Amino acid sequence: MHRAYPGGENTLRHLLSVAANGDTIRVMPGVHRGHTFDIRTSITLLGQPGAVIDAASTGSSILLVNADDVAIRNLTIRNVAVSYVDDNAAIKVIQRQRVAITNCRIENGFFAIYLSKSSNCRVTGNTIIGTERDESNSGNGIHAWTCRDILVSDNSVSGHRDGIYFEFMRHGTVMRNHSWRNARYGLHFMFSDSCSYKTNTFEYNGAGVAVMYSKWIEMFDNNFQHNWGPTSYGLLLKDITDGHLRGNRFVHNSVAIHGEQASRILMHNNTFVRNGYGLRILGGCELNTITNNAFDGNTFDVTTGTRESNNLFRENYWSAYDGYDLDRDGYGDVPYHPVRLYALLVEQMPSAVILMHTAFITILDLTERIIPTMTPETLVDSKPLMRPSTMQP
Amino acid sequence: MMTILLRYVVRDVLRSKWLALYLTFFAAVTEGLLYFTAGEAKTVIGLMNVVLLLIPLAAVVFGTLHVHHNRDFVELMLTQPVSRPSIFGALYLGVALPFMAAFVIGVGVPSILHGVAFTAPFQALIGTGCALTMVFFAIAYFVGVAIQDKATAMGAAFLLWLLFGVVYDGVILGVTVAFADYPLEMATIGMIVGNPIDLARIIVMLTFDYAALMGYTGAVFQQFFGTTTGIMVSTLSLALWTLIPVYAGYRTFCRKDW
Repeated sequence: MHRAYPGGENTLRHLLSVAANGDTIRVMPGVHRGHTFDIRTSITLLGQPGAVIDAASTGSSILLVNADDVAIRNLTIRNVAVSYVDDNAAIKVIQRQRVAITNCRIENGFFAIYLSKSSNCRVTGNTIIGTERDESNSGNGIHAWTCRDILVSDNSVSGHRDGIYFEFMRHGTVMRNHSWRNARYGLHFMFSDSCSYKTNTFEYNGAGVAVMYSKWIEMFDNNFQHNWGPTSYGLLLKDITDGHLRGNRFVHNSVAIHGEQASRILMHNNTFVRNGYGLRILGGCELNTITNNAFDGNTFDVTTGTRESNNLFRENYWSAYDGYDLDRDGYGDVPYHPVRLYALLVEQMPSAVILMHTAFITILDLTERIIPTMTPETLVDSKPLMRPSTMQP
Repeated sequence: MMTILLRYVVRDVLRSKWLALYLTFFAAVTEGLLYFTAGEAKTVIGLMNVVLLLIPLAAVVFGTLHVHHNRDFVELMLTQPVSRPSIFGALYLGVALPFMAAFVIGVGVPSILHGVAFTAPFQALIGTGCALTMVFFAIAYFVGVAIQDKATAMGAAFLLWLLFGVVYDGVILGVTVAFADYPLEMATIGMIVGNPIDLARIIVMLTFDYAALMGYTGAVFQQFFGTTTGIMVSTLSLALWTLIPVYAGYRTFCRKDW
């Protein structure tokens, strides 16, 4: 057991150089100034209430984890230097295993927690508050590159470029995080197969959540809300195959789900409320199964750019459905075509959007509904639900 | 002289059951939407759809009818030492102003009760509704004075309503389809500004965050209508759409052999 004080002989830097494997260093209250604190042994770094490590926006990264089995808990770390050459971070972990970062508070980190080529690490319960800068001048909150088996849970991340960023990750789990007010994405997945994220809330981010070039992604019970703007969306699915979306809520996003090249995705028990576009499925979205979702009060429930569709829509609830249920089995007797003609027109000619809410468009949509000529015939819910199904995850 | 005539025409219009119906209708629709619809945007959109179709329709129909119903009154007045401009002015304002007031009260009272009357979307809605009242009563008066036969005048007024309310948007869509390969933003702004109903619709829609839905085009519109030029151009358009038919109606009225 060591105690690190801001002044005197037992400074944090000194103790880190003498600590042996298995030691615990208590970081005592006060401001510990400096950066590039090198952790070379498997220790536990324990912040006492009021303990702060402050780099005063100079130097490079603050804590460098260069050993396996390191635990960092309850520390406050702040003011990482901005660099356009190096990815400076408050806590940087490179090629390590079993590192746990728990209940830390990171303020004004350029990158906050940075993991690279590491595995079996846990980042839990941290509060990460960045200085809101624009996209090109800020780093990511929790950044993991080429990692395996990483758990990111119960963190709150705001004011960064991407709240949580995964690239070349395998078996990453993102749970119960709150990622909000980030300049670009709340969560950004690239080339990360077999990951899951559950019960997170993503709101007020520049462009919501992007999941790209990945396979076997599980997305359960997340909240995507208030991602609103001309280029914003709740969830971007690009080049995704074999994903599974269940029990997510999309509320008030300009586009709830924007899909390009998203295939073989199972999407069920999700709720789409008051979005501009509910489901926007563009080129190459094939063989998706969309069932038991609720589409309630979206300006456009589903839009697509083509007449062809081989996605299966079945047993969804559509608030715009005006059919009837004579046999009282809970399903409408008339199939529902969720794509309006106008939605198709807007997809093909974006400037037609200025005719939104005109009588002419209403008449056009009505005519198309009676005599379909342009909207995809195969994009149809043959068994629409009369009421939203009770959400069972 | 005109104020005396105006007072008379207004009193006459106020007695009409149509005006009461008009007021009640707007009050009922506003209250209903505010009560049953969740979310301000949906309420305003619903109300906007009603306002944009109903105000022009009511104005052209009632305005044209009003001219013809008051033929005897006009003929009587013309035998008196009263100037023609003041008769025309009193007739036009005497019917347009009560209808405008009925609309403002009908929408205003429920929205004050629900505490939304002073939000930007409602202000825009009430403002554009008033402008549309003035514009379409002016058009109705011109048609009513210019066309002698009552049925023909009604038909023409109805056609004009259809033209502004529906057909015009079809033309915009046609142009958009035909010139899809060209940058159309400025052209569409031009076309929108040219039609008071479309202009009113865009002004209302830009007051809440619907603009984000409209992507790039929405951003262009917001930028245009956010500038002083944009505000001036749209105000000018609405003013011209009132003044030109009023002037045309006035000329026809003054030259007409009753």
